This record gives sequence, structure tokens and C-alpha cells, in this order.
Amino acid sequence: MSRQYETVIGLEVHVELATKTKIFCGCSTEFGGEPNTHTCPVCTGMPGSLPVLNRQVVEYALAVGLAANCQINQYCKFDRKNYFYPDNPQNYQISQLYLPICHDGWVEIDTASGKKKIGIHEIHMEEDAGKLIHDEWEDCSLVDYNRSGVPLIEIVSEPDMRNADEVMAYLEKLRLMIQYLGASDCKLQEGSMRADVNLSVREAGTSRLGTRTEMKNLNSFKAIARAIEGERARQIELLEDGKKVIQETRRWDDNKESSYAMRSKEDAQDYRYFPDPDLLPVVISDQWIQEIKSRQPEMQPEKMARYQKEFQIPEYDAGILTSTIHMARLFEKTTALCGKPKEVSNWLMVETMRLLKEHEQTPEDLSFSPENLARLIALVDEGAINRTVAKTVFEQIFAQDVDPEKYVEEKGLGMVSDQGALRKAVEDVIAANPQSVEDYRKGKEKAMGYLVGQTMRAMKGKADPGMVNKIVKELLTK
Amino acid sequence: MANLISDETIEYVGILAKLELSQEERETAKRDMGRMLDYIDKLNELDTSGVEPMSHVFSLNNVFREDVVTNGDQRSSILKNAPEQKEGAFKVPKTVE
Amino acid sequence: MSISEMTALELGRRIRSGDVTVLEAVQEALDQIKKKEPDIHAYVTVDEEGALKRAAKVQAMIERGDLKGPLAGVPAAVKDNLCTKDLLTTCGSNILYNFVPTYTAEAVQNLEKAGAVILGKTNMDEFAMGSTTETSAFGVTKNPWNTDHVPGGSSGGSCAAVAAGECFYALGSDTGGSIRQPSSFCGVTGIKPTYGTVSRYGLIAYGSSLDQVGPVAKDVSDCAAVLETIASYDKKDSTSIPRKDLDFTGALVDDVKGMKIGIPRDYFGEGLDGQVREAVMRAAGILKDRGAVVEEFDLSLVEYAIPAYYVIASAEASSNLSRFDGVKYGLRAKEYEGLHQMYKKSRSEGFGPEVKRRIMLGSFVLSSGYYDAYYLKALRTKALIKQAFDKAFADYDVILGPAAPTTAPKLGESLKDPLKMYLGDIYTVSVNLAGLPAMTVPCGQDQAGLPIGLQLIGDCFQEKKIIRAAYTFEQTFTRREER
Repeated sequence: MSRQYETVIGLEVHVELATKTKIFCGCSTEFGGEPNTHTCPVCTGMPGSLPVLNRQVVEYALAVGLAANCQINQYCKFDRKNYFYPDNPQNYQISQLYLPICHDGWVEIDTASGKKKIGIHEIHMEEDAGKLIHDEWEDCSLVDYNRSGVPLIEIVSEPDMRNADEVMAYLEKLRLMIQYLGASDCKLQEGSMRADVNLSVREAGTSRLGTRTEMKNLNSFKAIARAIEGERARQIELLEDGKKVIQETRRWDDNKESSYAMRSKEDAQDYRYFPDPDLLPVVISDQWIQEIKSRQPEMQPEKMARYQKEFQIPEYDAGILTSTIHMARLFEKTTALCGKPKEVSNWLMVETMRLLKEHEQTPEDLSFSPENLARLIALVDEGAINRTVAKTVFEQIFAQDVDPEKYVEEKGLGMVSDQGALRKAVEDVIAANPQSVEDYRKGKEKAMGYLVGQTMRAMKGKADPGMVNKIVKELLTK
Repeated sequence: MANLISDETIEYVGILAKLELSQEERETAKRDMGRMLDYIDKLNELDTSGVEPMSHVFSLNNVFREDVVTNGDQRSSILKNAPEQKEGAFKVPKTVE
Repeated sequence: MSISEMTALELGRRIRSGDVTVLEAVQEALDQIKKKEPDIHAYVTVDEEGALKRAAKVQAMIERGDLKGPLAGVPAAVKDNLCTKDLLTTCGSNILYNFVPTYTAEAVQNLEKAGAVILGKTNMDEFAMGSTTETSAFGVTKNPWNTDHVPGGSSGGSCAAVAAGECFYALGSDTGGSIRQPSSFCGVTGIKPTYGTVSRYGLIAYGSSLDQVGPVAKDVSDCAAVLETIASYDKKDSTSIPRKDLDFTGALVDDVKGMKIGIPRDYFGEGLDGQVREAVMRAAGILKDRGAVVEEFDLSLVEYAIPAYYVIASAEASSNLSRFDGVKYGLRAKEYEGLHQMYKKSRSEGFGPEVKRRIMLGSFVLSSGYYDAYYLKALRTKALIKQAFDKAFADYDVILGPAAPTTAPKLGESLKDPLKMYLGDIYTVSVNLAGLPAMTVPCGQDQAGLPIGLQLIGDCFQEKKIIRAAYTFEQTFTRREER
């Protein structure tokens, strides 16, 4: 009988902070841009240049640390991690090893098997590396330092997770928390949130940890789940064969669904950390901590509860609405403008989610303004347009954030409320369909529906169906 | 000489420091490093227990910049000294992880 | 008096009064350079064209009244580890043989704002590692007093240029004595300010926690004036210190009555040349005659400063110099296969033996398993050395001693035995470890006619005290010599 194994997983999550400038220089962190257009002597490691710490980085790191129930190192320092690689212009990364800003915290996750606390070992601040582009035409690589020096926090968990579900729940928890704090947009696909997985296996029932490996290059939740499964299987196979797991860093290839060791002869993995003499310690006063605490926004669980209570939104819907800060903000702002929480919720839950799915987008990509959604809701409410038209208009709002009033006017989508014109249209339809009129008079109620439909069609949908119904009935019974 | 520096150590430090030493340089490096470390071992005569390592002489802290963009595009000057460049980027030998 | 014999301040006065034009001053300096360089080789780069252009500009600004400072129009030289925009900056290294910075170091900018005309970049030990200026990749600088001897280092080019009249003052940098020791060997005056007084922005780092930029000049007054000009709080350098007491020329007072001067007995032990000892003790006597209270005391820990210094400086250097890799600037090896070989070949071809030696040592002391035993031990020793100075400065205003154990050695003598060369730093490195200000003033010559320097060390931020003591000594000593 084969032995039972338990998987032990810890995560190192890198999050790009939402600062306007880099961690140690006044270069923009804006995404994109031609190679090396967001660089200066500091973030390209020019001789003689020196780093100066961006205060906002400390504030964001503190906010995340406090939200994750961490202890704060009120005296923290930066260290240099020395290794040669072309994306790292100084050939050392400024990071924190000896005294990271936060340590010993926890977050609570919720999975199918219940609630669980995941320990946070530490959170430290560091700088991101540049980007290596592999040239398609020539046998060379190109280095772009636009991302070099973008601030990161690395959140190191305790080895408290046991399966992919817990890992997903933990990542989701961090993503929501950090997004709510405004400290990062946490987009896994764009690399503003990245996770390395430390994984080991041990025989069920034993308490000693097995040898772990570190898995890098995980670009999506799905890749993480697959990598966990793959690495678990690989390690168990090794142990079953009586072999040993080697402590190493492995790179996950999601296309091949397998990993390979990254170690090379030239890569000694001896980072020679020492305190960076160019940077001074950061001293965090109790007052500073209090200030950050007092500025912490309402987090997702509280928001979700409030939506249920304040707006009578069902639990499931409140969950969806608060699943990203973007959606929650859209909901709150639109509701504040139009005062119709249920209507707003309905537009977000149904049409918005449908369109996101259709466009393969996430709520972070939403770009329409609450004002335009509020106006659309008002137009429907006033009876200026019907629901069918409203859906068409909303698609335009979703895609291009159009002003619904202008759009309806320009495209002539407003409802015809002119009684005379409506009556004329109904009369024309009745005149053109004597058979249906006869059917109705013979008791076929369905025939009336047909006549209403024909009238709506003639009006190109711009009539209030209720009113059309009324007129058809009136004329038929005359 | 108390500190005998092995070939392996020199090889290892060479990898860390990205230096390639000739056979002659290695021999000199072994001897020099050994002598320096012997000399540095003099520090062991000092009782430093309970003494905090001092990185900075002055107890200054919290030197920050505000989060305001101050730098514009200066790519041409950043690339000015590049040994090789292509399409606005620094060109290096093909590098794959 | 010929122009080249003038001090910087004297020349500045003459320029302001219209006796001498900036162009004449620059031309005179360039003539001296042409005359002396074949023997001395103090410069890596002479920017004749730039200096002449700049001279006309500065002259116009002075005439318009836009430049009124005491150094306006005075030609100066800058050590080749300070970045100068559009002007080759090599750090004395082959790895930066073609490096043209795109910005100017803060200290040099401060000089330019004060109307300085930069003549060129002075030679130095490669990356400021060395005590002789013989490790430069661009040739040896010779001592203007006797060209068979070294000028000292690492700011040997700056000190030799001042001594030879090839500039009116110069900037140097001091990590373990690199301003004070060559000043002593070349018979000029130099100050290493309190750490954080002069911005390090644009100074190509050797040991970041120890490096300071400072002036090298013909006398104490010039030194104080230059320091006053280059000292500034710089937001680009996190270790820069905001200070209000930067009016150093205010300390040029010819009086030391009541000043307490301590002479560390430990500085006068084995290894100190007899003639140097005599000259320094004579200098102490002069200050005593002028009313200073001079006492001997035990500083302690002197012999631990060098090992602690070499651990810290080499560790920092190994990291600071890792950016020189052939990717972004400087030398890239011609032939290589793949990235790692490119790194290794570029660095091995680019760095000289002394730099390699320190990078290797620094990488080793930081490597896994040795960090605590070497690096942290050195930082703890540094803390103890600082405490020893704190204790001394509780009793004394100024500490007086030699700047170096000997006068300038002969060319080629020092590099044979690196460890012995390192031991020559015994009186200077502890000052850098403790972040203190210190200066060298000439106090005589040995029988061979080589200059001897007196070192005055102050407590942190007490430059004014050492400037006052140095000025008083200099004035009295000059009067006696003239008699």
C-alpha cells in the first residue's frame, strides 16, 4: 500500500506598489513606454548615483503589514543582495534581509473546508529589476530598465498551506486586501502581483518538514495550481523511488506543465547581503503607525456586510460587487448619484459581468464612469428609453463611456411618447393585418401580442410596450 | 600562515566577484588573501561582545523623497555610454534563465 | 609674484579687482601644465578647450557682477572619480577608459556655481584603492618635490597638481587617508571633512560609508574657502547632513590660546620615522608656544583600525564595483561566449591587480559563513574606535599627530608588499571609520628634502577647531621660517 503524503506550501508574493515614482528615484512607474524612457542615472546604476527612499513606499508597506496583522519593525534597514544579472543594473538589488519592515502577521482565508489562519513570516520592501527582451532576429538579449527600481513588497508566508485551494484562497485574500488599501492593483497577468511557491512533501502524520523547492515563473492562478500539483507529484515520485528532494529553485514551464532546475555553475546563490551604506535606517514612530491605521479604508468583509445591511443586497451579490475595489467603487459612486442600489447592482451583476466575460476582461479593466451609468438608470426610470434600448446604450457605455443622454439623442433612440404618432402606427398595423384582428375578435388572445409586436417593430423599439398594448386593446375593442 | 586559501575558495570567490584569474594571479591571490585574513584575525583579540555593529556613524534616519515624478525621458543620455545598444535598449549576449 | 605662485584666494582677489583676467589665470595654469606634465603626470585629462571657453564666460559673469565669490575665475582640478558632464571620468581604471558622464557631481557643481574653471581631471589610484597613485591604469604620477618618489595616494594627482602649480586648488576624495596622506607627501594642505558634509552624489563610490570629498590647496585659508564652497546639504545623497556652520573661513583665526590639544602616544610608536616624529613634535611645540594646552594621552585601539578598515572598505567596494560589468558603460571585452564570460572577461581585463585584490577580499568576507566573523566583527570594532574618539574629544579640542609614518617612498617600492602599504594608513583610516574631520598641514621636510605633514583631527562637525589650529600653526611656522 502506498504511503500518504501531506503537501506543505509557503508563498513568496511580490507586489508592485502603486506609487507614481520608483522606490529610489523620481522616474515614473507608468507601465509601457519605449525601452529605457523611464530611467535615470540612479535606476540604471550609473557610477556616482545614489538612492533616496520614496516615503510612499514605506506608507504602503506599513498599510499592508497592518492589514495583515503584522508586527512592525520600528527600526528597519535596507540591505544589498549581490548577484550579477543584466536586468539588475547595479548587480545588487536593494532589499531588506536583516530588519524587514513587517513580521509575524496572519490573514484568515475561507475555503470549502472552512476558515484558516495563514501566518505571514515577514513583509519587506525592495526594488524590481528591469526587463530582458529576447531579440527575435539576432542572437542577443536587450535590456530595458523602465521597470528597474519600481517598488515591490515581498510578502513571505509561513509554510501553512496544504493544497492548491488554500493557496488560491490566500492569494485572493492578499489581492483583495492590497487592492482595497490602494497599495497595488495586483494584476497577476501583468506581473504587478507575482508568486513563488515553496513546496515540500512529508509523510502524513510526521511533523518534520521535508526538503523544499522554490518554484518561479508562475503567471496565473491556473499556472500556480498546476505547478503545485506537478511539483507535489514530482517530489512524491522521488521519495517513492528512494531518492532525495534537492533544495533548489525551479522554473515552471506552464506550456509543458513541468519544471526544471535553474541552478548553473555560474550561479553560486550566495548573495552576500550587507546593510546598504547609501541608505539610512527607517524609524517608524507609534504616531506614524497610528496615522496609517486611522487612514485604513473599509476592507472587503466589512464592505460586503454593509452592502447587505445598508442596501439590502443579497449575500451572493454583495460578494461579487466587493470582489474588486473597482466594482465596489463603481457600485458606491453610482448608487450615491442615483440612489437606486438595487438597479445599480443589477446593471453590474448582469450586464457588466456578461460584457466582461464576452471581452475576456476583469473588473480592474472597467473604465466607464459612475455618472454615465447613473444617467442611464435615470433615463430608464423616467421612461425615456425602454430596457431593450438601455442594454444597447449600456454596451456603448461599457465600451466607450458614452454619455447616454447624448447617445440616445444622437441615435434617435428615445421613446415616442407622442400619443398621436403611436395611435397612427397602431392603426396602420391593424389595417395591414385584418386576419389577426379577426382572430382576436374570435377569441384568440395571442393575436393581440402579434399586433403589439408589429407595432413595436414599426416603431423600431422606441415605444413603451405598455402604452402600445393599451392602444391596441382600445382600438380592437372599439 | 593561519589562513590557508584553497584553490576552491579562489574559484568560488571568482564566481561571486565575476573575475577570471590567470594561474599566476590565482597563486598571488591565494597568498595575498591568506596574509590579509591573518592580519584581519587580529580583530579577534578584541572583546566585542555586547557591542552593536555600527553601519552608520551618525544616528540619522528617515531621509525620504516625496512621491513626485521629477525625471523625464533621458534615454539618449542613459544609452550614451553603452558598449552595444539596439532599439533603445542595452544589448547583451543572449540570456535565458 | 607670478600668477602661478599665488594662492587661490590671492588670485581670486586679483581677478575681482581686474589685475588679472580669468583667461590669463587659465592660460598660466595651462602653461604650467604643459611645462610640468611630462615630468609629473598629475592629470589623466586636461580640458584645455573647455577651460578656455569657460574662462571667457566666467570673466563676463564677474564683470557683470553675477559672480562675486572669492574663488570666481580661479582654475581648479578635479580628481578623476568625480563625475563631470561631457568630460572623460576614468577613476584611474581601464574599465572606465571611455566613460563620459552625463551629469556633474554635486561638489563640482558647487564649485562651478562659485565660478571655478575646471582645468581637467587628476590622476589617482584605480578606484581610489592605493596609497601611491601607482595603481592608476593611466600611468604613474610623480612627486613634484622629487620625481623619483610617489606623490602618495589615492588623490596623488590632485596633490601633485597643486604642489607643482598646475592648478590653484583641487578636489580629492578620502576613504582611508586619500587626501591627507598625499597632501603630506606633496607638502600641500588638505581636508577630509566630517562624513556627510560634502555630497557624495557623483563621486564614484569606493567605500560608501567612508568616502568624503574634500579640498587640496596651497594653504589653510584656501582649503577653508574651498570647503566652504563645496559643502552643502544634498537631497540626492541620503547620507548628506544639513549643517548650519559651514562658514569655515570664519575659523581662520591666528590664535589657539586655551585650546586643548591631545597627542596620542599610540601614534608615536614603532614604525614612525624619526624625522617625521621630530617635525610633528616641533609643530606641537609651536602650538603650545601659542598658548594651546598640549598633552599626551592614550587613544587606544589604533592597531585595530587597519584590519577593520580593510574589511569594511573591501566589502563595500566589492558591491559598489559590481556595476562595472560591460553592459551599460565602460569596457566590454572583445571576445566572449555568453553572458557570464562577458562579465568575467570585461572585469578581468578592466580592473587592475589592487582592485581585484580588494574585490576578492570583500566578496570573501561577505560570503556565506564569514559575514559575522569578518564583516560584523569589523563593524563592532568600528563602534569601539568611535567610542575611543568620543572619549578623547571629551578631553581635547583637537588631536594632533602625523599624517603618515614616513615621507614619500620611492616609486615602485610600495606595491611589492601590499600589506606593508596598508600599514602606512595607520594614522588616517580610523578618522574615516569614525566619520571625523581631519586635515594635513605641511610642517617641515626630512633631510632628503621631502615634505612632512602634520595631521589635526577634530570631533564630528568641529572642522572649525582644526582649521583654527592649522591656521595658527601655519601662520606661526611661516613667520619662523621667514625669520
